[in-house]
Amino acid sequence: MATTRQLADQPEVGALAPTSLGRMRLGTTALVLPASLFLLITFVYPVGLLLLRSVSFPTWGIENYATIFQETIYLRVLANTVVISGAVTLITLLLGYPYAYLMATGSPLTQRAMAFVVLVPFWTSILVRTYAWLVLLQRRGLVNRTLEWSGLITEPLDLVHNRIGVYIGMTQVLLPFMVFPLFAVMSRIDRSHLQAASNLGAPPTQVFIRVFLPLSLPGVIAGVLLVFILSLGYYITPALLGGPRDIMIAQLIQEQIGEFGEWGIGAALATVLLIGTVLLAALLNRFIKLDRIWGGQT
Amino acid sequence: MNPLGVAVVPPEERASPFARFDLPRLLLVVVCVAIGIFLILPIFIVIPISFSSAKFLQFPPPGWSLQWYQAFFSSPAWMNALKTSATIAVPTTILATLLGTAAALAMIRSKFPGATLINAVIMAPLIVPLIIAACGIFAVFRIWGLIGTIGGLILAHTALAIPFVVVTVSASVRTVDQRLEQAARGLGASPLVAFRRITLPLILPGVLSGALFAFVTSLDEVIVSLFISTAQVRPLAVQMWSDVRGAIDPTIAAVSTLLFGFSLGVLLLVSLMRRPSR
Repeated sequence: MATTRQLADQPEVGALAPTSLGRMRLGTTALVLPASLFLLITFVYPVGLLLLRSVSFPTWGIENYATIFQETIYLRVLANTVVISGAVTLITLLLGYPYAYLMATGSPLTQRAMAFVVLVPFWTSILVRTYAWLVLLQRRGLVNRTLEWSGLITEPLDLVHNRIGVYIGMTQVLLPFMVFPLFAVMSRIDRSHLQAASNLGAPPTQVFIRVFLPLSLPGVIAGVLLVFILSLGYYITPALLGGPRDIMIAQLIQEQIGEFGEWGIGAALATVLLIGTVLLAALLNRFIKLDRIWGGQT
Repeated sequence: MNPLGVAVVPPEERASPFARFDLPRLLLVVVCVAIGIFLILPIFIVIPISFSSAKFLQFPPPGWSLQWYQAFFSSPAWMNALKTSATIAVPTTILATLLGTAAALAMIRSKFPGATLINAVIMAPLIVPLIIAACGIFAVFRIWGLIGTIGGLILAHTALAIPFVVVTVSASVRTVDQRLEQAARGLGASPLVAFRRITLPLILPGVLSGALFAFVTSLDEVIVSLFISTAQVRPLAVQMWSDVRGAIDPTIAAVSTLLFGFSLGVLLLVSLMRRPSR
């Protein structure tokens, strides 16, 4: 970019001449360069190189893609990934909607307390949370002990190293990402619409179904897309809380590349995952600015 | 909100559909309390376990002791991991905060050709699944000879932390009136002085929470570290990962409690810093 060179060529002027304002802008623009270059080298190039290996390893061609879309083992993992992500998205929506609703309609104190409850797990190391679930859900864990003691069950339930464990763990990890966009949209809903409907005689149920629910839909779509995207690429929770039948695409990629050195297959799977993620993220970006989600936690 | 059809809401209350306290509302509160418990109680469970006197994982603990903290602080593997993590997290925080703050200033304050593309490059680590980043970085670092090096871990963690800093700092740059800095320039301050004396103090809360975000990102990062670390250079999160996968030894509960306490502290700090800018 020309900005850095132009900046270096100009002598420093103390007073604010009309040109110096323009130069200040150029100087400001140049500030984006170090971070961009850094990420190009340490992030974009590595990811690009990986994607390239999907068609270049071990030989050039689209064989790797043919393999992953034909062989049952890969197809089953792809299906698993979509099913688990879909289920987790649905569960987080069912839990997140009432939660965000109460948060958006409650008193400022309620709001702050509820935001804190969502933020604590958000900031806590994912390993700490997963470890806690292992302690709680294992055969001799707290949940099974409590159920046995209360006489509800006689044999301990298998709550972990299977699909149930994956759902419980992922729901807890991803629920904050459903609540943030839902709350952001719900808290901006103009209360006078609800009041108008109410004044016109609509019972509360009708006010909710015909006015509040439609107005909250952008938040629902954003939350659903965000949670689904994050679920698709999830690794840690399914790897620790799931069983051999709950392998998702991220684990398969790790296994192919990290354990078997199958760069071609791993890279083809990574490409499929990345294309899905980017398409959904582009869609999501139309509903809610991505940086607002990550930046708007309080 | 009255799915039970109890239609005895007097008109004056109907006027404010939010401020009612009826049965459905009560149900809603109960449901939300249950969700809240589901979100945070599991994390608190590690605290009593970490102070247990039992030799194995046992709940409720038969008695109390500090043995697992002792085990943590006297284990060379854990101490080494802790030291490695600190050696990585501090430079990562500094580097990511510098690069991210500069980028945030440029992205908010000036319009330039290719801004969308640059924005995509900078935000990429937020969107690209970590497993893909991990495999790509692993491939490139093998070629560059950075596997199992502190430097390699710092570079990778910095890349992952930059977008968090950019997002956090951008939010606070948006709230600062640019004319303040221009006024300082008009009064004869050099661009650097104007920035240091006017803008920097105003965006400092954002920069500091960005730095904390970067630190936590580095400390908690598992997936990329798993690929590029070795038995000799192994950060805390990777050490934890391998222990959680093996036996669930209560030493992890002690580490978890320490990390959880640290996260709570960071969360409180960030929310304290956020308040003035809002």
